[in-house]
Amino acid sequence: MKKTIAALMILFVFFSGRAMASPEELVVYSARKEHLIKDLFEKYEKEQGVKITYITGKAPVLLQRILSEGENTAADILLTVDAGNLWHAAEKEILVPVASPVLDRNIPDHYKDPDNRWFGLSVRARTIVYNTDRVKKEALDTYEALAGEDWKGRLLLRTSKKVYNQSLVAMFIETLGEDKTRSMVSGWVTNLAAPPYSSDTKVMEAIAAGQGDAGIVNTYYYGRLMKENPDLPLGIFWADQSANGVHVNVSGAGIVKYSRKVDQAVRFLEWLSEKDAQKIFADANMEFPVNQTVLPHEDVQKWGPFKASTVNLARAGELQARAVRLMDIEGYK
Amino acid sequence: MISSIRSQGGFIVSAGIAVITLAPVVFILASGMNADPEIWSHLQQHVLPALLKNTAVLVAGVVSITAALGVSLAWLTSFYEFRGRRLFEKWLIFPLAIPTYVMAFIYTGLLDYSGPVQTFVRTYAPDLAGAFPEIRSGGGAIMVISLAIFPYVFLMASSGFRSMGRSMVEASQSLGCGRLMTLFRVTLPMARPWIFGGLILVFMETLADFGAVSVFNYDTFTTGIYKAWYGLFSVNAAAQLASILVVIVLVIFAAESWMRRKQKFFNRGGHQPVQRKRLNGPGHFLASTFCGTVFLVSFVIPAVQLLFWTVKAFAVEFGTHYIRLVASTFFLGLMGTAVTLAVAVILSYSGRRMTDLKTGMAAKLSLSGYALPGTVLAVGMVHGVAWLDNRISGTMDLLGVQLPGTLLQGSLLLLPLCYMIRFLTVGYNPVFSHMTRLAPSIDEAARLMKVTGAALVSKIHLPLIRRGMVTGGILVLVEIFKEMPVTLMLRPFGWDTLAVKIYELTSEGEWERAALPAVTLVLAGMIPVAFLTFIGRNKTQDVPEG
Repeated sequence: MKKTIAALMILFVFFSGRAMASPEELVVYSARKEHLIKDLFEKYEKEQGVKITYITGKAPVLLQRILSEGENTAADILLTVDAGNLWHAAEKEILVPVASPVLDRNIPDHYKDPDNRWFGLSVRARTIVYNTDRVKKEALDTYEALAGEDWKGRLLLRTSKKVYNQSLVAMFIETLGEDKTRSMVSGWVTNLAAPPYSSDTKVMEAIAAGQGDAGIVNTYYYGRLMKENPDLPLGIFWADQSANGVHVNVSGAGIVKYSRKVDQAVRFLEWLSEKDAQKIFADANMEFPVNQTVLPHEDVQKWGPFKASTVNLARAGELQARAVRLMDIEGYK
Repeated sequence: MISSIRSQGGFIVSAGIAVITLAPVVFILASGMNADPEIWSHLQQHVLPALLKNTAVLVAGVVSITAALGVSLAWLTSFYEFRGRRLFEKWLIFPLAIPTYVMAFIYTGLLDYSGPVQTFVRTYAPDLAGAFPEIRSGGGAIMVISLAIFPYVFLMASSGFRSMGRSMVEASQSLGCGRLMTLFRVTLPMARPWIFGGLILVFMETLADFGAVSVFNYDTFTTGIYKAWYGLFSVNAAAQLASILVVIVLVIFAAESWMRRKQKFFNRGGHQPVQRKRLNGPGHFLASTFCGTVFLVSFVIPAVQLLFWTVKAFAVEFGTHYIRLVASTFFLGLMGTAVTLAVAVILSYSGRRMTDLKTGMAAKLSLSGYALPGTVLAVGMVHGVAWLDNRISGTMDLLGVQLPGTLLQGSLLLLPLCYMIRFLTVGYNPVFSHMTRLAPSIDEAARLMKVTGAALVSKIHLPLIRRGMVTGGILVLVEIFKEMPVTLMLRPFGWDTLAVKIYELTSEGEWERAALPAVTLVLAGMIPVAFLTFIGRNKTQDVPEG
């Protein structure tokens, strides 16, 4: 017993030293999951000789960790999977503005912070998925139309606690105004065929099984599910094409103010925005490259071209809290 | 002075532990003081009423069901003999190895509209299809969480029943009480510290649960905390909500101590184990069926589903990194358990030395970490450590010493400490329950033999509570294996555990790929759980005669 304890103590002391980043190393706090970034980061190390160390977690938690660690933080880069959390990080003044011609060239304006504190790296579209056996494509139009009376008992949604839905509703507050958004959300809730699900995949499985006829999901979940079960009676529909276009969000990154390697970090972000990296970054998760000169994955191209919303994503962050309150009030769980 | 330190020793130690464990809570409270009033009034008006009702329903449901399951199973396997008893006695602890959130995604997957069960019924018996209750509801959450954590009550109640010895039961029966009357008048009351200990674990675990309820999309107090933080960007409002949880737990603790005040639970009789009564006929059949059904639903079905998924996704998911994941899981688990157990023993020991109110209060305060959602606790920890680090580097600067980076932040030390704060009550309960069986006469006897001080502790007390320590240690180990939010937030680079891997995959909706780390985690958890079933079987009772 005593020997075991002694052995454990020695091991512990051995391991407990703070992970000191070497000079040739960048540290990324990433809300993007390990299996979507690992290969790309290793490629950068191979090509550029700079090791990328990362730790994954939920974006608000990583942000809070940087806030608490303050200038002692190890983080050089914060990588998230939505613009809302990046906006919030910028709001808390932990991201540093970056002037980079490369990033300006590769990334369209509405996918980055107006003050250049964060940059989108891949685009994710949130649109309508429907049961092809039960719904004709012509019956679909806008997100708002799903709140109409003819959709009663036919709609399936993911929980309002997911940031993707919060951004979606925030963007409607921007484009439709608060009143219209409110009645749309209230219509959605009335039309639900089942209580909101905890994941997009579950929503689609329920639509395929016939519990409801249509729902709103991120397209890469659709891509993944169809790859596993190509026979599911599910179709993708680009919403709102005659007006604002499909709601999009980004997975993106900003450089932490306290970083001692800002230049290196900028070079890394620039590399990520270039063709080769963009292809890998987007394809790993069947997303759309933010760099418009890069084509998405073949399977993704099959869904056809679409018009995407061009409202600056910073607004999604700014209006997120209002969106959450609106959904609370309308009973969207 | 020295004599006062001596006489107050128990209190000083307990208070010290309470200060350490409450520090993160205090840091959270401090930051929660200036919550945005607008957010607060929104929460009060539109969110809290429903959350409080949901939470009350969930907690009441889970506590009643786990009490019914745990106590009845423990009573059957402790006092009766029937087919399979020896196996059930061990196997019914196995569900503890399955994390609650894993149990939740397995059962929603099986029983949802698009799941295999309902699909089968729709295909072959369409008339019955409408009869299914919604699994993603309060009832579903209660059922599934209960299945995952009833073994706490089962384990504690069994331990209470068995360490009671035969004499009490025989006395009761010789005075003319029937078996049932003995159960309600003697057995259950005598086992109350154990049963309550188990139920309090269940209560706190349910209050703090986030993973499972979010799979059901069932909004509880915990989901409210995360909504305030993630959705409304207000860590302060989240902290205020979390502090309410701490208060609720303290009230429950106070009520429990008040109810058992001045009662003693040791006895002076002989300690031969209870003679089990052999069941015959329908009773026999019912007992076996009941135990078998609970085991089937709480372990066999989830395990089979996990294996099924694992086989499907094995090729995509498996790799050499699993060696590292398993190693980290074990290493962090053992470190955390060592720290937690040490503190649990010290705390219950000082509680035995000093039985006054303030020492008791300090001990109870130390245990409240289990009711806090892990992430909230971790934030408090990071706050506290950052503060401490700044003080240290400030002092060092004054002394002219330049520290390379920070001392504590990002250090591996934080995790075992945070595990201790979170799981102290899990380790403390079995240890303390065994401590209550130590009659003061043991000390008197020892003193007559001139065994005092350190020798009294190491030669007499520790061996006598060893079973409690082993039980507590194993429970803590399994808890740490399953722990996700604290590990996710505080782990240093490269210290991913199996639970972290499960989180990564499930949060992307990749249930099938998540099955491999889940199975590995269950297997890892089975090792200590299986070990738990061996102690107490080959050994006669450790509890001494009075």
